[in-house]
Amino acid sequence: MGPLVPNIISSDFSLIIAIILGFGFGFALEQAGFGSTRKLVGLFYGYDFTVLKVFFTAGVTAMIGVVLLNHLGLLNVDIIYINPTFLYAALVGGGIMGVGFILGGFCPGTSVCAAATGKIDGMTFIFGALLGIFAFTEFFPLISTLYTAESMGNVLMFEMFGLSREVFALVMIFIAVGAFYFVQKIEDKVNGVTPSSSKKTILNYSIVIGVAIILVLITIITPTRSELMHQRIEHMLSDESINIHQMDGDEVAHELMNQYYKYNVIDVRSKEEFDKFHIPTAINIPLAELSNLENRSVFSQREKINIFYAGESVDAQRAYLTAEYFGKAENIAMTTTADQFKKNYYELNTVSENSSKKEKDIYLFRSNAATKLNEIQEALLKMDQPVEKKVARVQGGCS
Amino acid sequence: MREEPKKYMNPYLAGFILGFVLLATIYITGRGLGASGALKSVVMQTVNDVAPSHAENTAYYKDYNASHPDGPLKSWLFFEVIGVIIGAFVSGLISNRVAFKLERGPKVQKSTRIAAAILGGALFGFGSQLARGCTSGAALSGMAVMSFGGILTMMSIFGMAYGVAFFFRKLWINK
Repeated sequence: MGPLVPNIISSDFSLIIAIILGFGFGFALEQAGFGSTRKLVGLFYGYDFTVLKVFFTAGVTAMIGVVLLNHLGLLNVDIIYINPTFLYAALVGGGIMGVGFILGGFCPGTSVCAAATGKIDGMTFIFGALLGIFAFTEFFPLISTLYTAESMGNVLMFEMFGLSREVFALVMIFIAVGAFYFVQKIEDKVNGVTPSSSKKTILNYSIVIGVAIILVLITIITPTRSELMHQRIEHMLSDESINIHQMDGDEVAHELMNQYYKYNVIDVRSKEEFDKFHIPTAINIPLAELSNLENRSVFSQREKINIFYAGESVDAQRAYLTAEYFGKAENIAMTTTADQFKKNYYELNTVSENSSKKEKDIYLFRSNAATKLNEIQEALLKMDQPVEKKVARVQGGCS
Repeated sequence: MREEPKKYMNPYLAGFILGFVLLATIYITGRGLGASGALKSVVMQTVNDVAPSHAENTAYYKDYNASHPDGPLKSWLFFEVIGVIIGAFVSGLISNRVAFKLERGPKVQKSTRIAAAILGGALFGFGSQLARGCTSGAALSGMAVMSFGGILTMMSIFGMAYGVAFFFRKLWINK
């Protein structure tokens, strides 16, 4: 599951990938004509809208790609870099860049392409950009208030409009196509060209646009991988014939007393409930977070057997099925609920003289087990605490 | 005899390829493409080399160096831009477009063009730092991941450029 850096590809190797991807970036920019300043500023005077066409097509292509990869469960959009929004810095900085664009005729990426193909104006633009960046770093204390004002975090465009990612992608396709049609009209008019698109060209463009729309529509209509997983799990829960490996609380307690090191006890209730009471040695992964990337290793390890328990035994079964879905680890669902376990072991009613032998035995076992499990927990606490796993958002951006 | 430069690629095809490169970048690295960040690395390295005591005593450089323990140049964007230079050069070479040349508007002096390029570059460099990214890092990559800040920066860049285009038209066109 993407992104591949840093969990699958090392950071050092990613520098080599940077050169390869940069090559593609530079190649595409130069082929589009972005090494030529006259072509770049064309869109501001209406004689050449190449920038808008290339830019919008690239943005929408990548956007659709992200939507698709996310839908297929191949890319974790929760951890990719999202440019944070600092309202005033974005507006003022963008405005300054806009003036720089008209004056200089480049943006940083295109100036590099121009310089690489021998354009002297590209080289001088880069020189200027270095000076501008230096001015920023030197005068940073004076600007820092503006730089950090109105911090809104990693806001996403579609969230602002209350749309889903997919629907917003669809809207962007329509905006892009509309813009392409409109600017072509302006371009033809400014250059005094009579519009002449052959039927074949129009057909080809229509097919490409159609494919883009259909791809996004498919992601809207079909369930995502995680929805499929949940559907499957619910289906299996209602299916009597599915074999779920289960244990009751006494069996679990017995196993833990004798060989706690063989088991991962996992409490799938909320953090608050876990903090109030949990079975000794248990760790907490709330049910909703179970399928998160950072918890997958629990399902794929082969050293220990996972025992899931919950507030209701059906949730323990859900957790069991989720674990079975993702990995090859051996799993067990505990039939006894957390509250029942607490009652059985830690709020134990004393038995009277005339209780049956069985009741007395159970009492003895459970009170022993409670003490033993607490001892194990104590002993474990003295050892290293388990490291809490977190997948961090990728760092990026241009600053 | 020198061959004629080849025609530019169809803009939509070039855009599609660019979008694919951007998507691959996001899939592999979890981050977008960029350009101004690499130029910043160069500035930082220069300051560290030329005025080390200044870099050590100024909060901004101290923070930057602390967050880049391997040095400013060992950054993803710097290597990416090395790739951009190679890629653009190769593309220019196969299309017969590599030549020392100063491109300018029809009525513009060479010295004016150079001064405007430096000034424009300076503004772009400064603005890119303030907005945390340029047309590549903030606008294009931001659009791909649907970042509100990125798209806002994009609209701000192009909106302002359109706003002032009329006043600077002598730099570019005959009117």
